[in-house]
Amino acid sequence: MLFDDPVYASRLLTLLTLSFHIIYATIGVGVPLMIMIAQWIGIKKNDNHYILMARRWAKGFVVTVAVGVVTGTIIGLQLSLLWPRFMELAGNIIALPLFMEVFAFFFEAIFLGIYLYTWDRFDNPKKHFLLLIPVALGAGMSAFFITIVNSFMNSPGGFDIVNGQLLNANPLAAMFTASMPTKVSHVLATAYMTVAFMLAAIAAFKLIKGSNHEYHKKALYMTMKVGLVFAIAAALIGDLSGKYLAEYQPEKLAAAEWHFETEEGAPLLMYGVLDENQEVKYALRIPFALSILAHGNPTSEVIGLNEFPVEEQPPLVIHYFFDTMVTIGGFMVLLSLVYWIGIRRAWPFVKANWYRWLIVLGGPLSFLAIEAGWWMAEVGRQPWILRGIMTVDQAATTSEYVGHMFILFAGLYLVLGIGTVVVIRRIFKNDPVEKELEKMQGGDPS
Amino acid sequence: MSLEILGMSVLWLFLFGYVIVGSIDYGAGFFNAHSIITGKQHILSNIIQRYLSPVWEVTNVFFVFFFVGIVGFFPQSAYYFGTILLIPGSIGLILLAIRGSYYAFESYGTKGHRGYAFMYGASGLLIPASLSIVLTISEGGFVSIIDGNPVLDYAALFTSPLTWSIVVLSIAAVLYISAVFLTWYANKTGDEKATGLMRKYAIGWSIPLIITASGIIYELSFHNEEHFSRIMDLWWMFALSFVLWIGTVWLLWKRKNYGIAFGLLVGQFALAFFAYGISHYPYLLYPHLTIYEGFTNRAMAISLVIAFILGMALLLPSLYLLMKLFLFDKDYVQGNNNKEE
Repeated sequence: MLFDDPVYASRLLTLLTLSFHIIYATIGVGVPLMIMIAQWIGIKKNDNHYILMARRWAKGFVVTVAVGVVTGTIIGLQLSLLWPRFMELAGNIIALPLFMEVFAFFFEAIFLGIYLYTWDRFDNPKKHFLLLIPVALGAGMSAFFITIVNSFMNSPGGFDIVNGQLLNANPLAAMFTASMPTKVSHVLATAYMTVAFMLAAIAAFKLIKGSNHEYHKKALYMTMKVGLVFAIAAALIGDLSGKYLAEYQPEKLAAAEWHFETEEGAPLLMYGVLDENQEVKYALRIPFALSILAHGNPTSEVIGLNEFPVEEQPPLVIHYFFDTMVTIGGFMVLLSLVYWIGIRRAWPFVKANWYRWLIVLGGPLSFLAIEAGWWMAEVGRQPWILRGIMTVDQAATTSEYVGHMFILFAGLYLVLGIGTVVVIRRIFKNDPVEKELEKMQGGDPS
Repeated sequence: MSLEILGMSVLWLFLFGYVIVGSIDYGAGFFNAHSIITGKQHILSNIIQRYLSPVWEVTNVFFVFFFVGIVGFFPQSAYYFGTILLIPGSIGLILLAIRGSYYAFESYGTKGHRGYAFMYGASGLLIPASLSIVLTISEGGFVSIIDGNPVLDYAALFTSPLTWSIVVLSIAAVLYISAVFLTWYANKTGDEKATGLMRKYAIGWSIPLIITASGIIYELSFHNEEHFSRIMDLWWMFALSFVLWIGTVWLLWKRKNYGIAFGLLVGQFALAFFAYGISHYPYLLYPHLTIYEGFTNRAMAISLVIAFILGMALLLPSLYLLMKLFLFDKDYVQGNNNKEE
């Protein structure tokens, strides 16, 4: 199958590349903001701990950026290699944000290079801080533009098709499509949230492992607070995304919710399994919740999956992705909220090891939620590559050997993944916080 | 100037930028590995690392810019080249990935690992070779349309002398450009040993460069006659390029004005590169695709040009700042970490 069918192999290879790339892309979008916040607090409070935080995060960040850049280059070129017919059509309408993404990336690359190699070259730390603004801005803008391209695939617009001919292309209208606002804001919020919880997990782990250093406590409190803010934002935007789906892509919402019959006052199904007769078992039914999610009104009508022709129905597996994403999101809001209140009210259990283990778990869980969210969004628009216009088998390459390339790239990602972990561990193992603080001028080795 | 030609000129300019900065990068990796193997690491590694560290990511963007731009301005090229290039493109990508990541892995993690350094150096020669395949394919003769889809004839491609000449040219050009640049850079750092070594490499690679370049023009005379005759129309550009090449070698020989030598080198490659590009006009993929057939719609073309101008307004000052801090900053190139205001 993998070696015979270029369409299937192309889908799998794209899935593999993107699933790997978004780990690094998420870090790439989120970490600059966190560095910026830490360095700003450090300058404001004149607290070397925060400056060191920025510095150490930046050190690890370089390694992930390297892998993010190369996997980003790979997916950029793979789009044309695996989906030539799609790129030919899309190039006519959606090339503008793709082009602008490269500029944002360029901008970020230049200032990141400067930032990383000028730690000791400015007497005034504020000047060095200013370099971070274009880095964080460039990172956010790349995510912004590339998500616009993806939104276009979900809700194409800005052109007309007359007798199979593409007419009246409007590049700006193609950028501002129906799914764009919710998608872009959800992607940004979840990236910031995930990175904050990733850094919180590291700090919590250090505290569990016996280091009782003030540095880690400050890092944990700060990242959990930032994580909380973005987790709440992500949840609110997620609700808006549900309303968008109900309006513009009802088949995706219906498949994600196993909502087969159109009905009013629709219940939301959480968890459960589907048996061979398409009967839902063991699910948790929350009455009226789907109508609220879809239209903000408990009695409103929600379109069911049976309204759509079978060949246009998305795979029902996306229900599990939806559950994973929402459950983790809810868990992280709760975890960070309790932690935040707990620290302020001096509840002892938030400093207990079992609670810190939960925070450690929150890091990888957030990444899992990112993956699940993308799988739901992407698998959920099957069979379309451009919803309502072009299916994936019309778009895929006719070239053989895609299956072989899959094996090749899988090997590459394995090496890159292991390499990242090994290198980052080595960087920080040889240079613990205590040692670096002593090195820093005027440091306070408490 | 029509939008088609404007678009192609912009892309060609960026490809040229990539050829120069990419060559410096790839060649530096090779010389670095070479110096480790021959035990001369102490002479070269410092200057190579000092230059490459802040700019490797920027180098990569030039490449991304080109392939995103060509899909934007010439969407049909995504269909033709995308379908044909699955294997060479994937191999090039994997090499780029090994290079980009090992760069970070090596310089931030395991300093001085011989195996990494070797792969890093080898990829510096293999990437230009795998990317230059596109130039060969675009000359025509290797792609046929079967059932309405383009198919690449690998046997013909790999047995053609043209393919191998272009591969050799790309490798020679990479090493020559890189050596001349590093001679200049080493000289600025005041490191006489490194300057002397790089100067030797630069002069050594100048000969194979000019031989293969002339050889390719000769081979084109029977591979693609139409292209050959267009090249002959532009003979004066190639002749001027040759004169600049002599100038660079002369200055290197005389051990003076390395900065001007590098400037002449850029001029030499710019002339040859643009003369080659102009003579290829109007074909993107001979004879299947011209820049007029493959061009995007007017609205998109105009918005891309506007985005390009705005983007450049942002980028040029930033690039200037980068160069000022890392290329023309005396303290930095000499390795002093003195604070400055």
